[in-house]
Amino acid sequence: MIEKFIALKAVAIPLDRSNVDTDAIIPARFLKTIQRTGLGKGLFHAWRYDENGTEVPGFPLNRSACRKGKILVAGDNFGCGSSREHAVWALMDYGIRCVIAPSFSDIFYANGLKNGLLPVRLASREVRGLIALLESSPGSEIAVDLPAQTVTGPDGAAHPFDIGSFPKECLLKGLDEIALTIGHEQDIARYEREWKAKAPWLFLDL
Amino acid sequence: MATIFRKIWDRHVVAERDDGTCLLYVDRHLIHEVTSPQAFEALRLAGRKVRRPLSLLAVPDHNVPTSPDRLEHIEDPDSRKQIETLRENARSAGITLFDIDDVRQGIVHIIGPENGLILPGITAVCGDSHTATLGAFGAIAFGIGTSEVEHVLATQAIWQKRPREMRIEVAGDLGFGVTAKDVILAVIAKIGAAGGTGYAIEFAGDGIRRMSMEGRMTVCNMTIEAGARFGLVAPDGTTLSYLEGRPAAPGGAQWESATADWRTLRSDASSRFDREETIDASRVDPQVTWGTSPEDALPVTGVVPDPSDHPDPAVRARRERALRYMDLAPGTRLTDIPVDKVFIGSCTNARIEDLRLAAGVARGRKVADGVTALVVPGSGLVKRQAEREGIDRIFTEAGFQWRLPGCSMCLGMNPDRLKPGERCASTSNRNFEGRQGPGGRTHLMSPMMAAAAAVTGRITDVREVLKG
Ligand code: SF4
Repeated sequence: MIEKFIALKAVAIPLDRSNVDTDAIIPARFLKTIQRTGLGKGLFHAWRYDENGTEVPGFPLNRSACRKGKILVAGDNFGCGSSREHAVWALMDYGIRCVIAPSFSDIFYANGLKNGLLPVRLASREVRGLIALLESSPGSEIAVDLPAQTVTGPDGAAHPFDIGSFPKECLLKGLDEIALTIGHEQDIARYEREWKAKAPWLFLDL
Repeated sequence: MATIFRKIWDRHVVAERDDGTCLLYVDRHLIHEVTSPQAFEALRLAGRKVRRPLSLLAVPDHNVPTSPDRLEHIEDPDSRKQIETLRENARSAGITLFDIDDVRQGIVHIIGPENGLILPGITAVCGDSHTATLGAFGAIAFGIGTSEVEHVLATQAIWQKRPREMRIEVAGDLGFGVTAKDVILAVIAKIGAAGGTGYAIEFAGDGIRRMSMEGRMTVCNMTIEAGARFGLVAPDGTTLSYLEGRPAAPGGAQWESATADWRTLRSDASSRFDREETIDASRVDPQVTWGTSPEDALPVTGVVPDPSDHPDPAVRARRERALRYMDLAPGTRLTDIPVDKVFIGSCTNARIEDLRLAAGVARGRKVADGVTALVVPGSGLVKRQAEREGIDRIFTEAGFQWRLPGCSMCLGMNPDRLKPGERCASTSNRNFEGRQGPGGRTHLMSPMMAAAAAVTGRITDVREVLKG
């Protein structure tokens, strides 16, 4: 089920790094769970804590002004690497509901949408501008408006963003995509009949 | 005038939305213990069933220990729980499972092809980004998240937008000591870790045509490291001889009609791609990564780059971070970097051909003092084949450890991992910070190069070792 996302005004955390990969977001040893919850404690674990488990002071999530942050602003190719949806679950469990970056890996982007974590693509120049504003006044807020498809920075400047019409609708309504697909059951069954006749080898069992 | 990707895509469209998003039928679905439990749980909570259990294959691979006592005992309770959960989910849904005591168990991307489950023209998904490996057969195969796993379990279909298409021509022949791994590392270095984002990549050209299926799988496996979810190669004689006679491959009259169909699966000469790249394989040297992104690959003859040479401040910052993490200074010759561990394994490079090539380097030599070297076959069948050929003995006599199949030190979810600060020559696919264990440092390379590093104790040009 997709958690609804309509609008959000919250503290934004600048993470001025590119190629933030899924192993950095949630290291593999935290994936040994059969649940979706509780992953927030592993979020950015190697960057948030030192070897003794003490918080690394300079890391953006550890700055006192950023503690309540619900928006993350990061560099290029965010979420690259593995398909682990745990990366999205960890961000959401921590409280992040929106990530703004110049580009995302395809799988992370899709995983975000399926859970109600909004990935927003803005131009590099705009993201750099937002990061500079957040660095100079830590704890500032960003407003995200999904119906209007805009991000408004701490300086009041609005940045329009693109999103597909269907994922947008899913997020706004919190739709159950599986239920929608089950509505196509007749088409799926027809497809199977047709191809079983045409190419029976597609349906061989091991 | 269609590309092979387009041809396979079009045959799988069940329905289409106004915005062009297609509902694609899924022919094969593979699952492992880490990314599937939440999908089954959600299915149960919604009161839904697995729609076509026999299209699935389940295997535990990510956190299985690779030590011989694993059948009696798995120490880590969380790993045990995930493996048991997979077993239980497979059993109750009627899904075929290759359990840890089955000779067919192995890394999910290796066992599908091995058993003939992956055929030209099919769609295949798995909750794992390296599913692109399977595109080597001329299939649309891609990694998906757990919500999508749940969706495919329930509906046998998935909504997807058609990606853009790129063609990468690998021209010319690979030189002495150069393998598929070096080619794909060179491609990633060329187009960048995000260069393929939004694309499906078709690999073509003489360099690919002359590659074995194992080599093609290595190439397609790492397309995700260039950002592309899909990598594929048109089927040909090599594909057909690999498939013929495998357990789930069609036989008899069905083989005839299947192969007749597969012959049509190629990009028409006049098809247009959104982007085209060429790489001259004859000019690719053995590659090694120095940093923390797979795009940080260089010829082994090179030196660690100086971040300040790059014009883009974001790249400079990333490279400086990478050098700090890797504890390397600009200008250091790659061949002057010592290693503590060597890992030969993973879905990129743990097939029989990989082990043969590495064994060719290890034969009659010894693992250097102070180096721990692991060989982890990709599956029980690969292991058995290697043992028949005496490859295990070549490795053990040289001082390598010969393990049971699994993902192992590729991601360190099982007990095989790097300690903080340790440096590893690895045949896996990701050199991210902490990928092989917190604080561990990874240098990606081919199996031959990894074997060469094992016997010299430092990153080494395998061509020098072989010339000897
Ligand atoms: S070998 Fe490594 S990359 Fe491949 S599936 Fe296992 S963990 Fe993933």
